[in-house]
Amino acid sequence: MAEFEPVLLANIHKPDSHTLSVYRAAGGYAAIKKVLSTMSPVDTVELVKASNLRGRGGAGFPCGLKWSFLPKDAPTVYMCVNADESEPATFNNRILMELDPHQVLEGIMIGCYATRAQTAYIYVRCEYPTAYKRLHQAIQECYGAGLLGQNINGSGFNLDIYLHRGAAAYICGEETGLIESLEGKRAWPRIKPPFPAIEGAFRKPTVVNNIETLANVPHIVNRGADWFKSMGVPSTNPKDPGSYGPKLYCISGHVNTPCCVELPLGVTCRELIERHGGGVWKGRKGKMAIPGGMSMGLLTEKEFDTPLDFAGPGKVGCLGLGTAAVTVMDETVSIVDYLNNACRFFAHESCGQCTPCREGTSWSSRLMTRILSGKGRLKDLEILQSISQSIGIMPGTTICGLADGAAWPLKNALGKFRGELEEYIKKTNPGGYQQEEPAMALVELAHH
Amino acid sequence: MTTTTAQPILTPQMRAEIEAYFPRYPTKQAVTLPALHIINEHLRCVPEGAIPELAKMLELSPAQVYDTLSFYGYFKSKPCGKVRAWVCRSISCSLRGGEEVLEALSEKLGVAPGETSGDGKVTLEFGECLGLCDFAPAMLANDTVYKNLSVEQAGDVAAQLKKQADAK
Ligand SMILES: Cc1cc2nc3c(=O)[nH]c(=O)nc-3n(C[C@H](O)[C@H](O)[C@H](O)COP(=O)(O)O)c2cc1C
Ligand code: SF4
Repeated sequence: MAEFEPVLLANIHKPDSHTLSVYRAAGGYAAIKKVLSTMSPVDTVELVKASNLRGRGGAGFPCGLKWSFLPKDAPTVYMCVNADESEPATFNNRILMELDPHQVLEGIMIGCYATRAQTAYIYVRCEYPTAYKRLHQAIQECYGAGLLGQNINGSGFNLDIYLHRGAAAYICGEETGLIESLEGKRAWPRIKPPFPAIEGAFRKPTVVNNIETLANVPHIVNRGADWFKSMGVPSTNPKDPGSYGPKLYCISGHVNTPCCVELPLGVTCRELIERHGGGVWKGRKGKMAIPGGMSMGLLTEKEFDTPLDFAGPGKVGCLGLGTAAVTVMDETVSIVDYLNNACRFFAHESCGQCTPCREGTSWSSRLMTRILSGKGRLKDLEILQSISQSIGIMPGTTICGLADGAAWPLKNALGKFRGELEEYIKKTNPGGYQQEEPAMALVELAHH
Repeated sequence: MTTTTAQPILTPQMRAEIEAYFPRYPTKQAVTLPALHIINEHLRCVPEGAIPELAKMLELSPAQVYDTLSFYGYFKSKPCGKVRAWVCRSISCSLRGGEEVLEALSEKLGVAPGETSGDGKVTLEFGECLGLCDFAPAMLANDTVYKNLSVEQAGDVAAQLKKQADAK
């Protein structure tokens, strides 16, 4: 196979890649020009629909289809750009914003034109100060060049783009949590429906898209839907929108060269590790890997040949492709440490609105602390199992998907590494592992 | 009757910065987070006394502002150090020694995570994934990224953090 030619990362190695002049020199802002002068909003939606571009923020929803849900006659539509990127192990949005912010802005412009939005808010997590500054400069440059503001390029299209800083809360990445946060409230996700396309920010129709999703859009305009569909994994049935286009994969953890690499959708986890991550570090063997951010669960070493397209990870019991951020763990890593880290994260980040999520994540973290400290009981694994089966949108007990993401590491660890968990408990608590006192007895041990 | 009016906490400059955000949003409430960030940048905290003042500007009840503020653990009521350093403890950093680095820094600075050094220079905190996994273990100190940290470097890094505070 010929070496893949990067699309989204084509510019990032150039000096001053974040500036308007460098972006323009590489053909930047030709796509918005083309859209404004030759395409209607409906044409633009249809083009993106035809490309089968799916959301890169985690849920994989077809982007053009989402855009088509927005009412065509609404006087006010908002675009919320999701740059909260907080899924553990994910950093591709950061690279796009820091090193090619104009590509992101051009995608936003086209998305706004297609959805008739005249105001876009980019919700940037506050832990990304450089991305914020680069976007700020880029937006200023665009106003200066007449690419933002009123009557852009004499087309009659008006657009303002504003940056909005988050405040270190993972839940602000969930699209309705983001909207609540933008409105100045606590980031409690909303019950859906209504979906944001009908009633979103400030109760107006709103489109929420991820940074990487939007960065693809100018290229689709420039090169066409067929070009986009020439990359990736074709759909296997009419209901499956396929996995097309380039994708930014993040590789971190126990590899020699952690990095973000752009490849056509569908590379296997093993190829990512071996070819792009420089192999497992210290000459060790891989034991397991997170396939697409912490929420997606766990692949065993035997499952490393799983293709990382939208359908792949689900076939081996993971939640999905998620953010395509792979974290590799070598043979020395204990499943207990992994699970403790995962449970602690979700307990810390649950917004607390739904009782099953708030209590389930908090209890699983406490149980893991207890197991880790050598006081675990086999019964604890049963409790963890029941939590993993009872929290989330899928069992229908919670408002948002954070709880499903909290359940998956538990499910996969218990399903794929149960023996190791049991062994650890027996070994570290030889006198007490069989005890079965009610969970309330654990309250004493609860510390956060 | 004598009333002592306490000095307002929001300075004219802060107010002007906050007001500059009003035209961006259809509601004043949406300016809550930007305003909290502005206050936090000036004072390295959001003192309780600022809440009613801000609420008035945003035409909200103080409880609404407090509700939002308290949801985000980010805004503290007492000043943080000149440098606020977040050491990542999430999976990709943790796998490469992030938690040990946090512990070592904690020892060198003589503070537990969440605390500020006695000289008021550095607040040390754990962070959840900072999106710096390609540089793990990593730390964000104000706007500066510290990459590929190790326990052995902890003494030097602690000194660098103090220097960063002095330069501020
Ligand atoms: C708990 C949780 C956190 C999320 N965090 C992010 C995030 O940081 N960035 C993001 O783009 N999407 C995130 N999402 C997905 C968004 O809800 C939404 O699907 C996405 O932003 C839509 O954009 P896309 O269709 O372009 O992917 C999160 C979802 C959940 C349930
Ligand atoms: S599932 Fe969890 S994070 Fe999501 S709304 Fe409910 S409590 Fe909040």
